[in-house]
Amino acid sequence: MRNLARPLLLCFAALVIAVFLSIGVGSVEIPLREAVDVIWNTLRGTAPSSDMARTYQTILLTLRLPRTLLMVMTGAALAGSGCAYQGLFRNPLADPYLIGAASGAGLGAIISLTLGWPASPFSYLIVPMSAFLCALLTVFLVFQLAKVRKALPATNLILAGVAVSSFATALTSFLLINASGELRRALIWLLGGSTMTGWKPVLGQLPFALIGLLGLLAFAYQLNVLQFGDEQAFQLGINVKRARTRIIIFATLSTAAAVAFTGVIGFVGLIVPHMFRRITGGDMRRLLPLSMVGGAVFLMAADIIARVLVAPQELPVGIITSLCGAPFFLFILRRSKEEDW
Amino acid sequence: MQLCVSIEKAGYDQSATISDIHFNLQEGQLLAVIGPNGSGKTTLIRAISQVLPNIKGQLHINGTDLFQTNENSRARLMAVVPQSTYVPPSFLVREVVLMGRTPYMNWTGKASREDKNFVREVMLQTDVEKFEDQQCGELSAGERQRVILARALAQNTPVLLMDEPTSHLDLRYQIEFLELSKSLSQNEGKTVLVAMHDLNLAARFGDMFLAMKNGSTDSFGSAQDVLLPEKLSKIYSLPVRVVKLQDGSSTVVIPK
Repeated sequence: MRNLARPLLLCFAALVIAVFLSIGVGSVEIPLREAVDVIWNTLRGTAPSSDMARTYQTILLTLRLPRTLLMVMTGAALAGSGCAYQGLFRNPLADPYLIGAASGAGLGAIISLTLGWPASPFSYLIVPMSAFLCALLTVFLVFQLAKVRKALPATNLILAGVAVSSFATALTSFLLINASGELRRALIWLLGGSTMTGWKPVLGQLPFALIGLLGLLAFAYQLNVLQFGDEQAFQLGINVKRARTRIIIFATLSTAAAVAFTGVIGFVGLIVPHMFRRITGGDMRRLLPLSMVGGAVFLMAADIIARVLVAPQELPVGIITSLCGAPFFLFILRRSKEEDW
Repeated sequence: MQLCVSIEKAGYDQSATISDIHFNLQEGQLLAVIGPNGSGKTTLIRAISQVLPNIKGQLHINGTDLFQTNENSRARLMAVVPQSTYVPPSFLVREVVLMGRTPYMNWTGKASREDKNFVREVMLQTDVEKFEDQQCGELSAGERQRVILARALAQNTPVLLMDEPTSHLDLRYQIEFLELSKSLSQNEGKTVLVAMHDLNLAARFGDMFLAMKNGSTDSFGSAQDVLLPEKLSKIYSLPVRVVKLQDGSSTVVIPK
């Protein structure tokens, strides 16, 4: 195993910087000093000293901090699942968005929203669960469609992904057009604009993202062996079917956790693992944790840009990631002709 | 008997690609599987290594029924060097060789000191340690083949299956590769099964020979039983001569 400590430390440092930038930037600028003071005071339980501090406290605790944490988890979940899909499908272009998992999860979430489940007390369990099941179905469908005998050609994977996710998106749009009022907000949500505020989505997302990502980390070694193809993995003593099923489930759970609470944010799962693979090589025991932290940093940077670019309004963060991601995708597509996975 | 193979039929679907292949090999024997293109050499290896979906028959290694064991114990009994090997380019050579220890490691893939020492020895043996820190994407086809051999040896199995392992190698490495395989069988008592196209190399390194035709056994036995001009001429549908060099060192098969 090559050294993991140093790059991981660097990524965490970048994460801390990004977190402080993220809670400071927005329609009201909060200086770093004040931000630290507010958090410190809240932790100690002392009341804010001035009106200004009280305003800062409200903004920080009810808006910025939960949103920042949501972005951290979402970025980690998207990059982690993207990394796992790439290894599993042995394809540098696999990403939760391109293989249809994200659109599937979006459809699942919208279905449960249409049926009015969010009104029930278990909404924070039901929406992600429904997103998870739909995403699992989509991944399975894409996998079956793209498979040629035992191989999984890159172009087939992308075409099947595009086809299935268009279908899912069309269904989603249909449901949205028939809906009214509250559901229309979901349209913005689908573009990756986090319209949910407060701590509830953070707490709702946490268990799903945590289980998904920890599961991926636990099976990182099996994913290493699977990258050599089914036959070699089998000959090295891996139960291929079981290992693959586990990894698909955990990767899709991560995707669903991200999509159910922040909408469809593309390309994070494509760009981040790809960059890190150049630096650290293919061992998933390094690549997965690094991609997760890196994904969190990347998405937060995109979120900050989304809030600053047209301030005081804000863009859905998915627009920013797609603006960076699509050219990057074309770049990889060109390259991948030369080098096999 | 180290390896007992008794295949009634095996194939990719219900129809049989190979059928009626029965042989036993002792400890330390090197079996050369020969036969024309499409005679079923690769399918035989895939059947013994159980990657084929449909296999009817019996396979035993040291008395263990391969159809009754789990993946892990099977990977401790039998290692495979496939014909064309795909290796993800972003892995380091030593990481790939260490993966041969997978059947001995737990599911997190944590290598013990023993695993690491074993892998070090294997890399010296296969001459891979010179480029152990290189990424697999930078290797030549021949180097990659040796890495895969090293990984198979790291599995430390009594049986080793190889499917035309020398097809990407130049003359020198062909000889080195097969000499290494030979010494593994002679000195370490491994049973080695190699599918080969080159009859001269087969004659030089094989202890036993299995000639295949149309997915079935044509003949099985030692050189005197199999490497006969009339048999080879029939199998390859081409008249050949079998010549022993004057110094007696090797047998050469020449088309007439």
